[in-house]
Amino acid sequence: MMRPGTEAELAEAVAAAAGPLRILGGGTRPVGRPVEGEALSVAGLSGVVLYEPGALTLVVRAGTPLEEVERVLAGEGQRLAFEPMDHRVLLGGSGVPTIGGVVAGNVSGPRRVQAGACRDALIGVRFVDGRGAVIRNGGRVMKNVTGYDLVKLMAGSRGTLGVLSEVAFKLLPVPESVATVTLHEADGARAFEAMTRAMKSPFEVSGAAWLPGKGEVHLRLEGFAGSVAYRAGRLRALLAGPGEVTVETGAEANARLWRAIRDVEALAGHAFVWRVSMAPGAMRAGLRADLDRTARFDRVVDWAGGLCWIGMTEAQAADYAPRFGAADAVAGAIRFHRDLQAEMADPELGGGHATLVKGPEALRAAVPVFQPEPAPLAALARGLRAQFDPRGILNPGLMG
Amino acid sequence: MDMPVPNAAVIAKKEHVVARLAEVLPEGAVIHDPAETRAYECDALAAYRCPPMAAVLPGSTAEVAAVLRICHEEGVPVVPRGSGTSLAGGAMPTADSVILGVARLNRVLEVDYDNRVIRVEAGRTNLSVTGAVEADGFFYAPDPSSQLACAIAGNIAMNSGGAHCLKYGVTTNNLLGVTLVTMDGTVVEIGGAYMDAGGYDWLGVICGSEGQLGVVTEATLRILPKPEGARPVLMGFDSSEVAGACVADIIKAGVLPVAIEFMDRPCIRATEAFAGAGYPDCEALLIVEVEGSPAEIDEQLGLIKQIARRHDPVELRESGSEAESAAIWKGRKSAFGAMGQLGDYMCLDGTIPVSALPHVLRRIGEMSAEFGLGVANVFHAGDGNMHPLILFDANTPGDLERCEAFGAAILKLCVEVGGCLTGEHGVGIEKRDLMGVQFDPVDLEAQMRVKDVFDPGWLLNPAKVFPLEASAGRRAG
Ligand SMILES: Cc1cc2nc3c(=O)[nH]c(=O)nc-3n(C[C@H](O)[C@H](O)[C@@H](O)COP(=O)(O)OP(=O)(O)OC[C@H]3O[C@@H](n4cnc5c(N)ncnc54)[C@H](O)[C@@H]3O)c2cc1C
Ligand SMILES: Cc1cc2nc3c(=O)[nH]c(=O)nc-3n(C[C@H](O)[C@H](O)[C@H](O)COP(=O)(O)OP(=O)(O)OC[C@H]3O[C@@H](n4cnc5c(N)ncnc54)[C@H](O)[C@@H]3O)c2cc1C
Repeated sequence: MMRPGTEAELAEAVAAAAGPLRILGGGTRPVGRPVEGEALSVAGLSGVVLYEPGALTLVVRAGTPLEEVERVLAGEGQRLAFEPMDHRVLLGGSGVPTIGGVVAGNVSGPRRVQAGACRDALIGVRFVDGRGAVIRNGGRVMKNVTGYDLVKLMAGSRGTLGVLSEVAFKLLPVPESVATVTLHEADGARAFEAMTRAMKSPFEVSGAAWLPGKGEVHLRLEGFAGSVAYRAGRLRALLAGPGEVTVETGAEANARLWRAIRDVEALAGHAFVWRVSMAPGAMRAGLRADLDRTARFDRVVDWAGGLCWIGMTEAQAADYAPRFGAADAVAGAIRFHRDLQAEMADPELGGGHATLVKGPEALRAAVPVFQPEPAPLAALARGLRAQFDPRGILNPGLMG
Repeated sequence: MDMPVPNAAVIAKKEHVVARLAEVLPEGAVIHDPAETRAYECDALAAYRCPPMAAVLPGSTAEVAAVLRICHEEGVPVVPRGSGTSLAGGAMPTADSVILGVARLNRVLEVDYDNRVIRVEAGRTNLSVTGAVEADGFFYAPDPSSQLACAIAGNIAMNSGGAHCLKYGVTTNNLLGVTLVTMDGTVVEIGGAYMDAGGYDWLGVICGSEGQLGVVTEATLRILPKPEGARPVLMGFDSSEVAGACVADIIKAGVLPVAIEFMDRPCIRATEAFAGAGYPDCEALLIVEVEGSPAEIDEQLGLIKQIARRHDPVELRESGSEAESAAIWKGRKSAFGAMGQLGDYMCLDGTIPVSALPHVLRRIGEMSAEFGLGVANVFHAGDGNMHPLILFDANTPGDLERCEAFGAAILKLCVEVGGCLTGEHGVGIEKRDLMGVQFDPVDLEAQMRVKDVFDPGWLLNPAKVFPLEASAGRRAG
């Protein structure tokens, strides 16, 4: 495995590469098609480059462990507002997640509904393209429209357009207090109704999730103590109806609850996991009836209904398979995956995307892990890769 | 300002091109009489003008696609145009170009409160998007001062900001989907009422691409429930250093104001003379606005005042009513008008790290003496987006050039201290030739490669954003 220690060495390694490279941060997010190639680790590029708490900005090398970033920020009472998940819980991995891996996957948690995604907090990048050139875009200021925004393009491109060497973020202060208003015994209709009402209120809900397994809808409020208490009261009144409503104000209990939602703990034991992003209304209407009725899979619903994690155990997949003449669990999962992505492509449903997040290599190699794009976009994507990585050596095949 | 030599071969076939365009558009939608094309000769950077060969006003995505297909076949450059309020010359034509105006694409297509989105045609004005939803308690957050006139299309192309962007972000943070027509006439649907891209973040790169990657005809925008209320506090300080330190302390304390506006003494004096808002005569003035219920506002303003007092303000005035809020905002909102009373001015738009504020203001003051031109500063202090206004006299020979040189020096200073050339107005033609100050050739090359993918023939708004010599080979090809 190659492990450069500086950006210049990274550029040299890419320029000199004779064949495909498998870009690694901490190796904790093996999402996407399995990649054949020599491993290139960015973990050697580590450390904070610049931190200005008064300007809410952080510049950090891409291989810096996420835990270190979070520790440094916590020291000043600040944080990454987009609340990136720890994939180790769901995927059962054991590496050290890096900040570059977070950016490369545009990884955003429950607070995405209020504070935006990773890509919204990202204000600058440095990366090495497939030719080995070091490229800069954006910078360290929040407002910047100078030239094209390659910063956002790099977020979520999973190392297929360039290897990130440095990333810059806009930060937010950690609020003084937090409370979660919980609605109990909520079925799908009640849950979506509650989340929609909360999001249409002016109370700045910073997390809205439904755990169908427990029948709980959780709505998070953050800010100054007086304000949180006031909004919790108003929200509670807004949810009055069938089902008990409780309020949790303990900092520890809140941290635990939202970490569990963020990391999709409820599906950690499932062999196959998908991540579906749709308009909440479309999600509420349900994935097409035959998908829904055929098997009762397990779910975690976040982003006020806009994000649904679907988990399938080996047994559920094996049970699903024969209905379509499929032989085993993996074949059943392949069938489900195809149906799911076809749903997303159906304009009647308003669009969205489904990604296979967890599954054995046999499955990930057999299907398009990411939602296939319509032909004109797929052509643009090929064009971009040809421009940024003309030799096709950066995580080839990972994103199509 | 250099512009490329117009392509004589294109101009020579004007009649033919106009006739082809007329075939695919309704009566009156093709403007080619030189007396009428003059209406499109410039945007709000009015110092530079050039009438286009023709202008077209399509009324549907299909018509936009038909126009682009023809121009693509004929090798005619196309300059997209919203409302023409760009301050960077982004919508300025060349003599061999067709202006593609989207003003007739102005309908609301769908309002969906449950999903908190609105879908509109891209020619719709910014303010009328909020207008379509405010009766139901919602608003569209990005609010450029030009919002009465500017179009969503131009906002997307420039990734425009506004007074409230400290809390709500700029256009790119509020855009969920677009219908885009590429130069060859292909209609591409990107995103929708759902969050984040499945593949590459196309929206991210289209937003802010200054009309060079495709023509936006429709947009899905995020709308938000209106806050219960909002109220500002005004504070004056003896020095801009202290005002800057106060801003940093407010931010660090965990308050998230919707706006932190800064004005320096020349700006305060000009607005006082013009609007009489009752501002204190001091070195630096801050207006900080927060949102929420009355009690929440009290809580936040209480904390802000407590922080301000630590910095010995010469004035600290909290609004207690709608009328007092309006009085506090009155001067700030008339700042540009007030400066206009003093003569011609050029408005800059660089961004700096907030920590560099005192240094940059001091240097601007020194340079003002060196160049012999007055300057006033209005400033989105929360995010470091500066708007120095340089005063000059357009009728004095050499004054405009001196003003431009001064402006360039300020923007170089912004880059030097870790900032950028433009925070919200865009590069256009205005800052095109300064791009080398902020970017190395390899950085610009990477950006131009994106254009190569969307518009290989470089026909869409080709003479903007990139220094002419950097893009020369591509534009010729
Ligand atoms: C169950 C399982 C176990 C696996 N175990 C291993 C293993 O132990 N070791 C191993 O080498 N492979 C392993 N893989 C293969 C794995 O799929 C790929 O090596 C790789 O894509 C994992 O990403 P990562 O290690 O960079 O993770 P992360 O660091 O979490 O990165 C996430 C994504 O971002 C990209 N990325 C990370 N940093 C950067 C950067 N600075 N710039 C640009 N892109 C970046 C990565 O390429 C990846 O696509 C495993 C796969 C599976 C299914
Ligand atoms: C008084 C005044 C105040 C201003 N205040 C602010 C402010 O507070 N914040 C701010 O950010 N800006 C401000 N601006 C600048 C300007 O209003 C914005 O840049 C605005 O977004 C431009 O919109 P427009 O519709 O007028 O676009 P135009 O000026 O017509 O065009 C701007 C750019 O967009 C491209 N474009 C237009 N339509 C399309 C399309 N359909 N598809 C693709 N590209 C297209 C053009 O080619 C051009 O490059 C201000 C301007 C003025 C005159």
